Amino acid sequence: MSRHSKIITATVLAVVLFGTASLSASAQEAAATPPKQKWSFAGPFGQYDPQQLQRGFKIYREVCSTCHSLKLLSFRNLADPGGPGFTEAQAAAIAATFQVPDGPNDQGQMFQRAGKISDYFPSPFPNDQAARAALGGGLPPDMSTLAKARTYEEGFPGFIVDAFTMYQEQGPDYIHAIINGYTAAPAGVTVTPGTYYNKYFPGGAIKMPPPLRDGQVQYTDGTPQTLDQYGRDVAAFLMWASEPKLDQRKQLGFQVMIFLIVFAGLLYFTKKKVWHAVEYPEAEQPRAS
Amino acid sequence: MSGHPTYQPQSAFMRWLERRLPIGSLIYSSFVAYPTPRNLNYWWTFGGILTFMLLVQMITGIVLAMHYTPNVNLAFDSVEGIMRDVNYGWLLRYIHANGASFFFVAVYIHIARGMYYGSYKEPREVLWILGVILFLLMVATGFMGYVLPWGQMSFWAATVITNLFSAIPLVGHGIVTWLWGGFAVGNPTLNRFYSLHYLLPFVIAGVVMLHIWALHVAGQNNPTGVEPKSEKDTVAFTPYATVKDAFFVALFCIVFAWFIFYIPNYLGHSDNYIPANPSQTPTHIVPEWYYLPFYAILRAIPSKLLGVTALATSIIVLAFMPWLDTSAVRSANYRPLYRQFLLIYFAAVIGLGYLGSQEPVGGYVIAARLLTAYYFAFFFIILPLLGLFEKTKPLPNSISEAVLGKDVSAGASGKAYKG
Repeated sequence: MSRHSKIITATVLAVVLFGTASLSASAQEAAATPPKQKWSFAGPFGQYDPQQLQRGFKIYREVCSTCHSLKLLSFRNLADPGGPGFTEAQAAAIAATFQVPDGPNDQGQMFQRAGKISDYFPSPFPNDQAARAALGGGLPPDMSTLAKARTYEEGFPGFIVDAFTMYQEQGPDYIHAIINGYTAAPAGVTVTPGTYYNKYFPGGAIKMPPPLRDGQVQYTDGTPQTLDQYGRDVAAFLMWASEPKLDQRKQLGFQVMIFLIVFAGLLYFTKKKVWHAVEYPEAEQPRAS
Repeated sequence: MSGHPTYQPQSAFMRWLERRLPIGSLIYSSFVAYPTPRNLNYWWTFGGILTFMLLVQMITGIVLAMHYTPNVNLAFDSVEGIMRDVNYGWLLRYIHANGASFFFVAVYIHIARGMYYGSYKEPREVLWILGVILFLLMVATGFMGYVLPWGQMSFWAATVITNLFSAIPLVGHGIVTWLWGGFAVGNPTLNRFYSLHYLLPFVIAGVVMLHIWALHVAGQNNPTGVEPKSEKDTVAFTPYATVKDAFFVALFCIVFAWFIFYIPNYLGHSDNYIPANPSQTPTHIVPEWYYLPFYAILRAIPSKLLGVTALATSIIVLAFMPWLDTSAVRSANYRPLYRQFLLIYFAAVIGLGYLGSQEPVGGYVIAARLLTAYYFAFFFIILPLLGLFEKTKPLPNSISEAVLGKDVSAGASGKAYKG
């Protein structure tokens, strides 16, 4: 077996082993493929843009939070490093604008009080049944892990390319696409009452009414108040909500990579030196054994 | 190469210990002086990589267990708590989750290397069978670990896989109820999976010791498949094999780190970030990637009982390779036909893996059946017959001859078997 064919075999094996990884190509009614967006947090050095996260948080607070919970996030997270960059005082002030359930008190009653920085985001509905009852049967998913819980099929060979290009932004791309995907239903598709046609939603009929329109949320930093921009900002915010340690992960990753590459290089030369006498016995002095 | 000296305790303490518990000389003879064939290529480093991965999984797993809660109402949130609030919890979890995948990458390469170079043949049958047992233990451990985050895929994979046992006639349904600890996958199931997921790695570690023991009795195979005959054919484990293994562990870690730090969710399924919901079936249930070839075999067969039998057989058959293969020559380098059929077998397994990730419709079903047929034909027809008909290439007289060429003084000319 020649060296070349060994390398080829190794490459094929590696590619296909990683390749067969995952990814159900479900043949459900083919939804349109979400267009890939530019994300500040993509790639090996990607980091969240705090300004964008703040805008996205504003959208969540003013629009999404009417129906969607964010149970796993606490107000203190808003001041965490690698997040929207609020100060602790700001995060506490934001918390104070929310009413959170507490109790029981000394009389055994549950009560509402102003939120504290240590509280978790209160949910818009007391339980799933209440949400369904209020919203015509649809259950708005919790948004804490939404950006990692949504994806779309890229098929072969796209999913292999993703491993090399580090494409992990299927979730935000999908969320951005959904927000921008409300169109008139194509001819032949009937949309039942209480649902809306969305070309990026698997099956086409989504129960969420179009949540945003141009100019709906006021930005104070001069960013265009367009639906496209809203989609991007809220998707970035939800990605942070799902993966709050991404900044730290990529920073540490770079350091680890540098270390491993240098370390592997040193080991390679050590190996070469140790094996030299075995591989080139004629170059060695006669050895005393 | 200048002989393999026996252990001489260096310190007063080690001399004292040596007379009471000769652990120093055990380690010395096993991991320092132990002679390894000089022509081992880098495919032989995956045993060391697997040991490394087992340690990584055990250490990260023990710390994760300090923060995880095995309860259907709390499991998902406790994993998210690890990701958000535990110091470097995200790192521990991503190492552990991707570590499972890389453990399987390494074990598949390790198994493929054994098949290619005939490492299962006499006198290494027990070594090989212990390896198959290790693989089965890994499959069980990996599956139960995947259930613990209690996401949608966790729950439904647990449901589908445990339901396979219901195919067993008469007692099947009873066994499934017994496995579940109830009448559906629920809290008792999660609890016992957690308990076993913690236990099995230690069982694996025990079997690994037997595996290494058997290896050190039979000695390592090598790319020629010719047993070492003289001292010239071997080098000492330390430093030669140690430094080579260390170099490849480092390379392996670079790829591993790429996944951990840059694409940590690439090998996972997005549905597992949705909390388990017994009343909502995902559109398409798929196991982790490393089970996909076997999943494809299961689905390729229309009868459930036969499918489950085929699934079990597809792994168990490996243990019988030493007897199914009738050829006296070990290495595929000297078996041109076996080499071709084996490479097709590897391609078939990879193809089955892809088909396992696809919905079983139309051409995919036919392809899966063809590849499944080849999978079993390879073991039950091709392997036994090849030994009788195959014309093998002449074997070198010794490892040194293979490495250095016929004329040993010609030296550097024959480096074909290096790396």
